[in-house]
Amino acid sequence: MSAVTTLIIQTQSASRLPCRGKVGMATLIIAESAIFAIFVVAYLFYAGKSLTGPTPREVLNPPIFFSICLLSSSLTIHFATKFLERGRRGAFLGLLSLTILLGGLFLYGTAREWYRLIYEHGLTISTNLFGTTYYSLVGLHAFHVTAGLLMLSIVLLFGLAGRVAPEQAGRVDVLSLYWHFVDAVWVVVFTVVYVVAR
Amino acid sequence: MSSDAMAIHAAEVGAGRPWVQTLHEWVTTVDHKRLGILYVLLALIFLIIGGIEAIVIRIQLMRPHNDFVSPQVFNRMFTMHGTTMIFFVIMPVMFGFANYLVPLMIGARDMAFPRLNAFGFWLTAFGGLLLYFSFVGGNGLYGAGNAPDVGWFAYAPLTSRAFSVGHSTDFWTIAVLVSGFGSIATAINIITTVLCLRCPGMTLSRMPLLAWMNLVMAALVILAVSPLTAAQIMLSIDRYLGGHFFDTQAGGSAALWMHFFWIFGHPEVYVLVIPAFAFASEIIPVFSRKPIFGYPAMVAATVCIGFISMAVWAHHMFTIGMNSMANTFFVLTTMIIAVPTGIKIFNWLGTMWGGRIQFKTAMLFCVGFLFQFLIAGLTGVMLGTAPFNWQLGNSYFVIAHFHYVIVGGIMFCLFGAFYYWFPKVTGRMLNETLGKLHFWLFFIGFHLTFDTMHIPGVLGMPRRIYTYEPGRGWDTWNLIIGIGAFIQGLAILIFVANLVFSYFRGSKAGNDPWDAWTLEWSVSSPPPSYNFASIPTVSSRRPLWDRKHPEDPDNRYE
Amino acid sequence: MAEKHKTEWRVVVGRATGIVVLLGGILLAAGLCNASAPPDNSVPSIFDPRSTPAESISHLSRFVLAITGLIFLVVFSLLLYAIVKFRNSDANSNREPAQVYGSTQIELAWTIIPILIVVVLFLATARVIHAIQDAPKPATAVEVTAIGHQFWWEFRYPALGIVTANELHVPVSDSAHPTPTFLKLLSADTDHSFWVPQLAGKTDLIPNRVNGMWIDPKQTGIFLGQCAQYCGTQHAKMLLRVSVDSPEAFDAWIHVQKQSVNRDDREVTGRQVFETTACVNCHAVGGTNATGRFGPDLTHLMGRSTIAAGAAENTSENLRLWVQNPGAIKPGSLMPAMKLSDADLDALVRYLETLH
Ligand code: HEA
Ligand code: HEA
Ligand code: HEC
Ligand code: CUA
Ligand SMILES: [Cu+2]
Repeated sequence: MSAVTTLIIQTQSASRLPCRGKVGMATLIIAESAIFAIFVVAYLFYAGKSLTGPTPREVLNPPIFFSICLLSSSLTIHFATKFLERGRRGAFLGLLSLTILLGGLFLYGTAREWYRLIYEHGLTISTNLFGTTYYSLVGLHAFHVTAGLLMLSIVLLFGLAGRVAPEQAGRVDVLSLYWHFVDAVWVVVFTVVYVVAR
Repeated sequence: MSSDAMAIHAAEVGAGRPWVQTLHEWVTTVDHKRLGILYVLLALIFLIIGGIEAIVIRIQLMRPHNDFVSPQVFNRMFTMHGTTMIFFVIMPVMFGFANYLVPLMIGARDMAFPRLNAFGFWLTAFGGLLLYFSFVGGNGLYGAGNAPDVGWFAYAPLTSRAFSVGHSTDFWTIAVLVSGFGSIATAINIITTVLCLRCPGMTLSRMPLLAWMNLVMAALVILAVSPLTAAQIMLSIDRYLGGHFFDTQAGGSAALWMHFFWIFGHPEVYVLVIPAFAFASEIIPVFSRKPIFGYPAMVAATVCIGFISMAVWAHHMFTIGMNSMANTFFVLTTMIIAVPTGIKIFNWLGTMWGGRIQFKTAMLFCVGFLFQFLIAGLTGVMLGTAPFNWQLGNSYFVIAHFHYVIVGGIMFCLFGAFYYWFPKVTGRMLNETLGKLHFWLFFIGFHLTFDTMHIPGVLGMPRRIYTYEPGRGWDTWNLIIGIGAFIQGLAILIFVANLVFSYFRGSKAGNDPWDAWTLEWSVSSPPPSYNFASIPTVSSRRPLWDRKHPEDPDNRYE
Repeated sequence: MAEKHKTEWRVVVGRATGIVVLLGGILLAAGLCNASAPPDNSVPSIFDPRSTPAESISHLSRFVLAITGLIFLVVFSLLLYAIVKFRNSDANSNREPAQVYGSTQIELAWTIIPILIVVVLFLATARVIHAIQDAPKPATAVEVTAIGHQFWWEFRYPALGIVTANELHVPVSDSAHPTPTFLKLLSADTDHSFWVPQLAGKTDLIPNRVNGMWIDPKQTGIFLGQCAQYCGTQHAKMLLRVSVDSPEAFDAWIHVQKQSVNRDDREVTGRQVFETTACVNCHAVGGTNATGRFGPDLTHLMGRSTIAAGAAENTSENLRLWVQNPGAIKPGSLMPAMKLSDADLDALVRYLETLH
C-alpha cells in the first residue's frame, strides 16, 4: 500500500506522468511481496513445531558463497542497463551474461543443497513441517530466480542478435527492477531460514 | 494495436459477415471496451448459475426435514454458490465495468497493457470453467462427478486429503488460484492505467470518483488476492506433494488457514463493495443535478477504508478462541471502519440534499442501495461486537448481513450502473417501464428474503445446515425466505429480458442521455474503438459541466 | 393529462410501498427484540438467556441494538426527507439547483459524532469481553472436556471418571453456591463449534488446539443447541442437548454413570452378537471387551433420550433402524451399516436396551 501511495504523490508533483512499465512492475512487485510475506509468516509460525526430525540446526548450512553470487548480480544488471543507455553494447552484453551466470550459479547452489538434504538427510517436503515450509519458501524463491533468468536470457538472445538498442533501455530497466526484487527477497529468505529460525 | 483497432472499426461497419469472423474478433480482442463487455457477460452467466444454486438451497430449506436434495448435494450447492458469486460474478462484473469505464473517464484510448488485459480475462473465464468442470471430473470421469463441498472459505483440515478425497477440492483450489492470477493482472492494469494514462489536465484531484475508487479497489486486490494465492499454493502443496501446512495430524495449524483466508477475505469484501460505491458516486450526483458533496472527503474515506480493511480480518474468527486482547483489538479496528463508511453515506445524502432528484431507474437502485447498505453496515457493527458475535457468528444472521451488503448494496448499485451506462455501451436506452418493474420486484423479493433471514439467526439457526428440526421457531421464516428468493429470480429474469429487448428495440440514446458531466458522455454511443478522436484536456472534475456552462465553470470552486 | 395521471399513480404506489416496507421493518424489528420463546425452551433464542455469559451478552446486544437502531432512525429519516423534499416535481423545468461542493464543518461533524459513538460501543464491548473471557474459575466449578467428532459429541468428566455422549449434564448454579461448568474444547477431526444459545455464545473446537468456555446456568431444564461450524456432510445433524439438573438429580445421574456395569445379564445372545461383531472396535461398553473410541460410549446408552447426536429419538425401532442402516437416519454418518440378520438384529437391540 505504502509503495502505491508514494507513487501517487510523485505523480502529483511531477509534471509528466510516470512510465507505464515501471508502475506496472512496481505493482507486480508489491503483489509478489505479499505472496512471499505469507510464506515467510508460515515459515516463522512453524519454526520449531515439527513433530519429528530433522531440525534446521542439524541439516542447514548457510550458502554464503552462492548468496554473494546472487547479490552481486544485482550490481552487474544495474551497470548493464547503464551501459545500454549510453549505447555501449559490448559492455552491456558482457555484464548481462555475467548476471545470468551468477544467477545460474545461485540456482546450482540451491540444487546442490536440496540434493544433499534429500539424499543425505532424507528431508523431503513431506517429512515434517520444517521440510514443508523450507522447500516451499526456498523453492518459491528459486522459481522466481528461474523466471528472471529466462527473461534475462531472452534479452541476451535479442542482444546477441543485435536487436537491443539504447531505445529499449527503459524496458531492460524494468526487467532489472524485477531482478533486484528477486535479490532483495533472498536477503529476507536467507535471514529467516538461515539466521532467525535456525 | 492500430491494426486491431481498425479491424474492430471494420467489424462495426460491416454487418453480415460470417459469424466465425465476428467470434474470432471477440476472442482475440484486446480492446478494453470489448473485454469489459466480455467480463460482464461472463458474470451474468455465472449470476444465473449461482442464482439457481441459491434457489436449490432455498427449496431444500423451505420446510423442516425436507429431502429435495441430499446433504452431500446441499453442501456442494452452498460451496459452489458462494465461490461462484464472489469469484465469478461480482469480481468479474466489477472488473468489466472498470475496464470499460476507467479509460473513457480519464480520457485514455485503452488500458495500459491491453494484452495483459485480455490475458486476465481469459484466466478468469478459464478459472470459472475449471470450477464447473468439477461437476464432471470431481471423482474422475468414471465415478460420476462431484463438486467441492468444503464451503467457500474451505477451512482446514476439511480440505486435507483425509477428509476430502477425490479431486473436487483440487478443482476448487486451482479454479480460485487461476482466477486469482487473472485478478492480479487486471488490478496491475487498472493501477497503471489510472496512474499513467490520464489526459492533460486530469490531475489526481480532478479524477472522477469512479477512477479513484477503482484505483483503491485494484490496490486492495493486489494486497488481498496475493495472500490468497499464497495460501492456495500451500494447500496445493499439501494435497499434491504431501506437505503439512494445514495438516493437523502432523502438527499443522487449522487456525493458520483461517488467518490467511481472512487476510484475503475481509479486504475482498471491500474489493467488491468499493466499485459499487464508485457507481453510486457517479449516478447519485447526476440524478440529483449537483456535484458530489465533499469530493476530498470521499477520496480520503475510500483510502482510509482501504487501509483499515487490512487490519480487521480476525472479526471473522471471534469464535475460534483468541485471547481477550486480540478480540478487543479486532473489535476496535472493525468498529473504526464504520466512520469512513459513514462519511460516504452522509456525503451521498449531502449530494441529494437540495438537489432536484430525478427518479430514473438507475437512481431508484442507488437510493435502494443507500437504504439497504445503511442497515447492512449496522448489522455488521453488531457482528463486530465480539460477544454479540459469539452468538450470531456462523448463524443465519451472518448470512443475512452479508447478503444485505452484497445483494442489497452491491447488486442494487450494479443494476443502477447497468441502467446508467447501458446507453453508452449499446447506443440504446434500457426500457424504463420494465426497469421500474424490475426494481420493485427485486426490492420486494430482496426484503422478503433477507429481512426475514435475520430472525432464524437470532433464534439459533446455524448456517450450512441442509435441514433442521421442526418446532424451533424457524419454519415459517424459512418459508418466507424461500418465496422471496423466487421473486428475486423473477426480477432478474425481467432484467435479462430488458437487456435483450432493449439491445434490439430500445430507443436511441444519443451521446449524453442523462445530461451528465464526465468524459465518457462526450463521445458517441457506443464509443469508437479509439475512444477519443483527439485526446481531451480537462480543467475541472466535471469537464462536461464546464462545456455546458461556460459562464460558470467548476474549477472556480474546487 | 394522461401523463400527469400516470405520475400521480406512480407516486401513490411508491408511497404505499414505502409505508408497507416501513411497517414491515418495524414489525420485524419488534419480532427480533421480542423473539422470546415458549417456556419449554424449544426455541433457542439468544434473547432468552438462562445462564450468565448468555445473559451479559444479551444485555450488551440490546444496548448495541438500541444504538444502531437510533442511528438507523436518524439516517433513514434524513434519507426519506431528502427523497420526498427534493424530488423533481416539475418535470419541465431544466433549471439546475444550486451547485454545492461541500463543507468542511459539516464534514467534521459527521466524522466526529460517529467516532464518539464508536468509542462508547467499543468500551461497552471491551468490558463484556473481559468479564467473560477472563473470568476466574471457582474451586467449585464442574470440569468437562468436550471433544467434537465428525457428527457427534463426546463429553468427559475427568474428575469423576465419566464418559458420555451428545447429552451434556450439568448442575444448576445458584449465586449462593455457584457451580459453573467449565468446558475444555477439543476436536478429534475437523472444526466444530459448541453453541447452546440460551447458555453461552459459541466457541469452536479445533484440532490441535485447546479452547475453553464456561456456563453458569440459573435454571433447570433441557437446552438445545447444535454444532455451529461446518464440519462435513452431516454438520446439520450434529445436535446438542444440555440438561441442567437440580443438584440432587445431577448427583443421581453421576451415581449411575460412575457404575461401569449396570444391567441385567439376561440378553446373552444380544451381547454375543455385539461382542463378536465390529461394534467393539468403535464403541465402548463398561465391563466388556468393547473399548472402541471411534464412536460414542454406549455404557449408559439408555440414559440418553436421543441417539446419533439428536438425529432420532432413542426408541427400539430407531435403534434397530440405526444399527441396520445408519444412513437412513443420518446419511453420511461415519458408522457403517452392519448387515446383520434379522434375528441377530433383534437380539442386539434387546441387548442395547439393557444398557442403563
Ligand atoms: C461485501 C461487502 C461487505 C461489506 C461492505 C461488509 C461490511 C462490514 N462487515 Fe461484513 N461480511 C461480508 C461482507 C461485507 N461486510 C461477508 C461476505 C461476510 C461473511 C463471510 C462468510 O462468513 O461467509 C461478512 C461477515 C462479517 C463478520 C463476521 C461474522 C461471522 O462470521 O461471525 C463481521 C464481524 O465483525 C462483519 C462486520 C462488518 C462491518 C463492521 C462492516 C462495516 O464495513 C460496515 C460499515 C457501515 C456502517 C456502520 C453503516 C454506515 C455508517 C454510519 C451511518 C455511521 C454511523 C455508524 C456508527 C458510528 C456505528 N462482517
Ligand atoms: C455475490 C455474492 C452473492 C449473491 C449475489 C448471493 C445471492 C443469493 N444468495 Fe447467497 N451466498 C453467498 C454469496 C452470494 N449470494 C456466499 C459467499 C455464501 C456463503 C457460502 C458458504 O457458506 O460457503 C452464500 C450463502 C447463501 C445461503 C446460505 C447457505 C447455507 O449456509 O446453508 C443462502 C440461503 O438462503 C443464500 C441465498 C441466496 C439467495 C436467495 C440469493 C439471491 O439473491 C439470488 C437471486 C438470483 C437468482 C434467483 C438467479 C437469477 C434468475 C434466474 C436464473 C431465473 C430463474 C429463477 C428461478 C427458477 C426462480 N446464499
Ligand atoms: C466404524 C465404526 C463403527 C462401528 C463398527 C459401529 N459403530 Fe456405532 N457408531 C459409530 C459412530 C461414528 C457413531 C456416531 C454417529 C453419529 O452420531 O454421527 C455411532 C453411533 C452409534 C449409536 C448411537 C449412540 C448415541 O449415543 O447416539 C449406537 C446405538 C451404535 N452406534 C451402535 C452400534 C452397534 C450396535 C454396532 C455394531 C453392530 C456399531 N454401532 C458399530 C461408529 C461405529
Ligand atoms: Cu460439527 Cu458442524
Ligand atoms: Cu469482514
